Amino acid sequence: MLSRTADSLYWLARYVERADFLARILEAAMRMASLPAGDGAAGAEWDSAIAISDQREAFTAAYGAADEQSVRRFLAFDHANPSSIRNCLAAARNNARAVRTALTSEVWESVNDAWNQFNALDEKGMDMQAFARFIEWTKSAARAFDGAVHRTQLRNDGHAFLRLGAAIERADNTARILDVKYHLLLPASEPVGGGLDYFQWSTILREVSALTAYRWVYRESIKPWLVADLLILNRQMPRSLASCSADIAGQLDQLGQAYGRRGPAQRAATATLGRLTSLRIEQIFQSGLHEFVVGFIDENARLSNAIAEQYLL
Amino acid sequence: MTAAFDEMFGEAGAAIEGALPRKAYAALDKWMKAAPPEFFDARRRQAELFFRRIGITFAVYGEAESHERLIPFDIVPRIISGKEWKTIEAGLTQRAAVLNAFLADVYGPGECVKAGIIPAELVYGNAGYRVEMTRVRPPHDIFVHILGADLVRVGEDKFYVLEDNARTPSGVSYMLENREVMMRLFPELFARHRVAPVETYPDSLLATLRSVTPYASDQDPTAVVLTPGPYNSAFYEHSFLADKMGVELVEGSDLFVQDARVFMRTTEGPRRVDVIYRRVDDDFLDPLTFKPESALGVPGLMAAYEAGTVTIVNAVGAGVADDKAVYTYMPELVKFYTGQDAILPNVPTWRCREPDALAYVLDHLPELVVKEVNGSGGYGMLVGPTASKSEIDVFAHKLRKDPQGFIAQPTLALSTCPTFTEKGLAPRHVDLRPFVLTGADKVRVTPGGLTRVALTEGSLVVNSSQGGGTKDTWVLDE
Repeated sequence: MLSRTADSLYWLARYVERADFLARILEAAMRMASLPAGDGAAGAEWDSAIAISDQREAFTAAYGAADEQSVRRFLAFDHANPSSIRNCLAAARNNARAVRTALTSEVWESVNDAWNQFNALDEKGMDMQAFARFIEWTKSAARAFDGAVHRTQLRNDGHAFLRLGAAIERADNTARILDVKYHLLLPASEPVGGGLDYFQWSTILREVSALTAYRWVYRESIKPWLVADLLILNRQMPRSLASCSADIAGQLDQLGQAYGRRGPAQRAATATLGRLTSLRIEQIFQSGLHEFVVGFIDENARLSNAIAEQYLL
Repeated sequence: MTAAFDEMFGEAGAAIEGALPRKAYAALDKWMKAAPPEFFDARRRQAELFFRRIGITFAVYGEAESHERLIPFDIVPRIISGKEWKTIEAGLTQRAAVLNAFLADVYGPGECVKAGIIPAELVYGNAGYRVEMTRVRPPHDIFVHILGADLVRVGEDKFYVLEDNARTPSGVSYMLENREVMMRLFPELFARHRVAPVETYPDSLLATLRSVTPYASDQDPTAVVLTPGPYNSAFYEHSFLADKMGVELVEGSDLFVQDARVFMRTTEGPRRVDVIYRRVDDDFLDPLTFKPESALGVPGLMAAYEAGTVTIVNAVGAGVADDKAVYTYMPELVKFYTGQDAILPNVPTWRCREPDALAYVLDHLPELVVKEVNGSGGYGMLVGPTASKSEIDVFAHKLRKDPQGFIAQPTLALSTCPTFTEKGLAPRHVDLRPFVLTGADKVRVTPGGLTRVALTEGSLVVNSSQGGGTKDTWVLDE
């Protein structure tokens, strides 16, 4: 397949995944904002949404302080923010349009419909309820795309690049949620394990649709290290770093087999997966969750570059 | 202007109440009269939805807002009888052969110029002439693999060639999608008519491309479609054709030339390319030979072409043949290369380069259509009968300044075809663009083509860039 085609497929899936993630961030922020204020954390939920999105500089330059209106606007609708939901859907569609020949009509239509429907929205007249519906809609658009890929797309190298893009993006997103929670969300005065802390960790679980999963797996009240275990090491959890890594390594293995050649991307992916498989959550907490997560985000970005160099350029 | 010939009702025109339909339209007429009006409204909405959903859009230059627009589709088919089509097909085959002979000649011995059939400066001074092609002999001596001829009808047996599109004719995807939509919307109509299929076009195109693989190629030929990219107005068509043929849709940056051979960048490393169906103009093909600032092309492509390792479809330099000034010499060129008269005549044309003709044209501007020799898509033309006095004055000035740059034709009463409008069914002017494929093995003409319709009452401009629509075109298999 053309390298450019592979590149577009990879980014198509990344942008759809990112749109879904942004919707989840916004949803979590709305939920946290519904907490009684007064505990020193007022407004922090909107600020943390900006922190997770990794766009603080651009946001501050354009809007100054973070509040509900500005964050909603910036993360969902802003033309100038390259990672707004709007621009993610636009970029997904542009990539899809460039490689229509490599997509089934169902996959194309899922992306094209999402874009057409987004354009029919009335952002200005959107109250809280309408915005909540918009968030739901965004997540369902991503599911429609995933479903179309899963149900109709030929399991060839093109499929592998779609899966790679989604898994790399998802791994990055999960890591960011964890990091921001640990270092930015919790005010210094608040005790770890306190009420606010509890609420925030459970919000993180909701953010990745894992609250019920948590109870199934651990059968315990919410504990930070178990949440981290679920999101980092648990292979049953589809958004965990270990799951994403397994997916990435698996897709790269298939590509290596199909093309009869393994390269730096395969070696890097195998190394990451190996490490995540042998690690225990206690070790991660001992050497620092923040350090681990930052290290992982870098490693994931290097892996993305290795994939690009090996296949997409 | 006299009443136009109507495709459905004939010479009498569509104006007469209770007129009987022509034979080819009899079944359609009966069926339409039996159906309630709401039925057609519902079907029209379905058609629009279908086109929107599959994403057939057309980018119009200079319209930033409606960056992607649907070309209006009219659900009343345009029908051509099998007998009419036989003549058209023979005429098109002849036309394609002559255009190819002419191009091989002008980049080779130049017999037509030596014999005085056509003025030397019109050929060698032509904007479409590429001197590089005197060093290239395209594989199998074919220049125009894909010809889109624009035909107009002015009477029962009177079809004219209005224009030849010998560079990169577009519209074939609409021909195919229109049929697809019609078959979904009106299966019962197809059961009542034997309509010659057009769905074979992508296979025919692929067979044509594979047949013209360069002599030097020692592998199973690899063909690609080269597009300027998603922002090109015809990108939908490029991607559609690549998809239907099962070949790669490449941009210039996907290709590179090494040791005078063309390769594409793939996830498995470089892969050799033998045939390039390019939808990129000559000037942008190779920055080393043509426009150096072109980012759409492939550096070194012309060197590979010259070395005979790749076939470019249509050949570089084919633009000489679809120039509107050269067009005026087609009847003579047909006679010169085949010894026969043109089966499909030209529209009578005044060459403004000739002083007598210019004088006549200047005197009769309000009744003529004047076209720029190098214009296309309906831009840069004057339609005398609908132009204002000042538009005519401006054009007269342009004409006097550069008579070489223009030709003029009588305002033809293009045939009309019943079309759904705001006020119900009404006659609208149509033309026809059939597609002719010339391969090393044979010539393939798809029955029918793209019927374009001027949706504005009385308008003769059918171009999609200027608000024209399209219809499905049926050739009856009799």
